[in-house]
Amino acid sequence: MKLNVELPGMKLDNPIIPASGTFGFGYEFSEFYDINILGTLSFKGTTLEERFGNKTPRIAESTSGMLNAIGLQNPGVDAVISNELVKLKKVFNKKVIANIGGSYEEDYIEAVKRISKSDIVGAIELNISCPNVKEGGLLFGTNKESAAKLTRLIREVTDLPLYVKLSPNVTNIKEIALAVEEAGADAISMINTLVGMRIDLKTGKPVLANTYGGFSGPAIKPVALKMVHEVYSVVNIPIIGMGGIMNAYDVIEMMYAGASAVQVGTANLIDPYACKKIIEDLPRVMKELNINDLKEIVGRAHL
Amino acid sequence: MNNIYSVISNEKIAYKTYKMILYGDTSKIKAPGQFINIKIDNEKTFLRRPISICDYDSKTITIIYKVFGEGTKILSTKKMFDDLDILGPLGNGFAINKKAKKQMIIGGGVGIPPLYSVAKKLHEENIEFDVVLGYNSKVDVFFEGMFRALGANVYVTTMDGSCGYKGNVLNVIRSKNLYFDYYYACGPRKMLHALVKEDYTGQLSFEERMGCGFGACMGCSHPTTDDSYKRICKEGPVLESFEVVI
Ligand SMILES: Cc1cc2nc3c(=O)[nH]c(=O)nc-3n(C[C@H](O)[C@H](O)[C@H](O)COP(=O)(O)OP(=O)(O)OC[C@H]3O[C@@H](n4cnc5c(N)ncnc54)[C@H](O)[C@@H]3O)c2cc1C
Ligand SMILES: Cc1cc2nc3c(=O)[nH]c(=O)nc-3n(C[C@H](O)[C@H](O)[C@H](O)COP(=O)(O)O)c2cc1C
Ligand code: FES
Repeated sequence: MKLNVELPGMKLDNPIIPASGTFGFGYEFSEFYDINILGTLSFKGTTLEERFGNKTPRIAESTSGMLNAIGLQNPGVDAVISNELVKLKKVFNKKVIANIGGSYEEDYIEAVKRISKSDIVGAIELNISCPNVKEGGLLFGTNKESAAKLTRLIREVTDLPLYVKLSPNVTNIKEIALAVEEAGADAISMINTLVGMRIDLKTGKPVLANTYGGFSGPAIKPVALKMVHEVYSVVNIPIIGMGGIMNAYDVIEMMYAGASAVQVGTANLIDPYACKKIIEDLPRVMKELNINDLKEIVGRAHL
Repeated sequence: MNNIYSVISNEKIAYKTYKMILYGDTSKIKAPGQFINIKIDNEKTFLRRPISICDYDSKTITIIYKVFGEGTKILSTKKMFDDLDILGPLGNGFAINKKAKKQMIIGGGVGIPPLYSVAKKLHEENIEFDVVLGYNSKVDVFFEGMFRALGANVYVTTMDGSCGYKGNVLNVIRSKNLYFDYYYACGPRKMLHALVKEDYTGQLSFEERMGCGFGACMGCSHPTTDDSYKRICKEGPVLESFEVVI
């Protein structure tokens, strides 16, 4: 049985990649299991400068999902390279995906330049879809011109494969996917969280200090599948699909929609062993569904 | 870390307040004030629920929780032999101060449970301590006898005066002129902040809404006075009084 898949610049033993923001810098999870079993991982959204993030409460709950408004808390690219990635390297012997966020074009460019020098980084994942920062972030991802412009600028400053992470909070995701493909993206990661909110019934006030947050988890899976399906039908670059993946069946479904690999986000927070369980269960589910080679099922829903 | 625990008992001990005894691994518990994160199997309660370890021995963990919303309501319906998926022990817990001569335990409402293990440790170490417990009303009072059984002076106070003194914990400390040179506190944030404003030194346990409970999501970052932060689930929930930003 073949579980291995390929992404631009990366050969993966299996298609399972923990999603940015839900897996810290990876080493935190090596307390739970040997993370070398993962395809690779995408680490916490990193920005040029250190960010403290939003006020708490940053977390709310909803039926089959959660909202977060972390606000890209991270120690800044230099500290990530000198501390976090050093710790990660001790427990992980594969290349990782560097998820980079920002508020202005210049921050993105500088952060990408610096992180590209780290030898553990195998690809850049440009987060143009974070709903939780006041400036930039999502704004880049909801407009095809600014998405393409930023992609082009980043393309010029790094030799690493460039994955661009799209937001679902748009009216026409195909248009944005085509724009970043045209601008030089090597792959598309999708989807980031959907914007949402909860209100405390006792106080009548929003639960999140930031009022709005990003909705994730199994509740968003149908939306993610539909968007991956749509984008697959128009682009020629691979898609890394995510949104609500909780088990091995969800992985297959996402690959049927058009994903070449998948990211698992929120599931890690509920169960730190989620990715391990999915990887171990994949062969059984493949057998059940008569699948021998995962590479062959990508986009099956289009046939 | 991730384990199935069986419910041994789950009984109501005060207004909306339940005491649950769980059977399972306790070998990793390091300090009083650590917590467990309980999965409540229901699509409405997607996230785990953090609850402090109140007491433990080689085979059992005791928790005390108040029915607050959906998750704790479901928890209150669990019966003997039901299984719970639990992550823990989590967090740093209280560090016992062995130097201070006269110590004080200050608890408010469901902040009281983790302090019971602190009291047991102080008792074991032969450290002299008093206890001030604050509740809303007489119907909410629990565990006062458990602290008394450890030989401590226990001052109970209720907001409406229906049991013990009337007012909050600080009112009692002031009006009774209670002396102490170190404290351990857990309770509503207002109470904790009021304590920090006073001139005492001690440790306080904080709550934040959690995504994961083990340091992965940055959901629970709590600012500290050195312009930095601590994750309540990992470097907390217990902070030193000098670290607390009001
Ligand atoms: C470290 C720690 C230890 C705790 N120890 C105890 C204890 O020993 N006994 C006890 O009764 N309670 C304790 N709490 C509070 C307890 O976690 C909440 O009362 C509980 O999560 C409420 O869940 P619910 O489903 O009933 O409420 P809902 O309002 O339905 O919960 C919705 C969401 O908000 C979260 N939430 C609501 N209130 C709180 C809160 N006060 N703190 C953190 N998250 C909250 C829930 O976890 C859930 O994700 C502790 C909290 C923390 C952070
Ligand atoms: C707590 C939390 C933090 C996140 N932080 C980031 C981030 O820093 N960068 C990013 O690109 N996406 C971030 N995301 C989005 C996830 O990577 C993922 O796109 C989204 O949650 C959908 O997948 P899921 O339903 O499997 O969680 C975050 C999600 C969560 C829940
Ligand atoms: S709750 Fe996720 S880091 Fe603390």
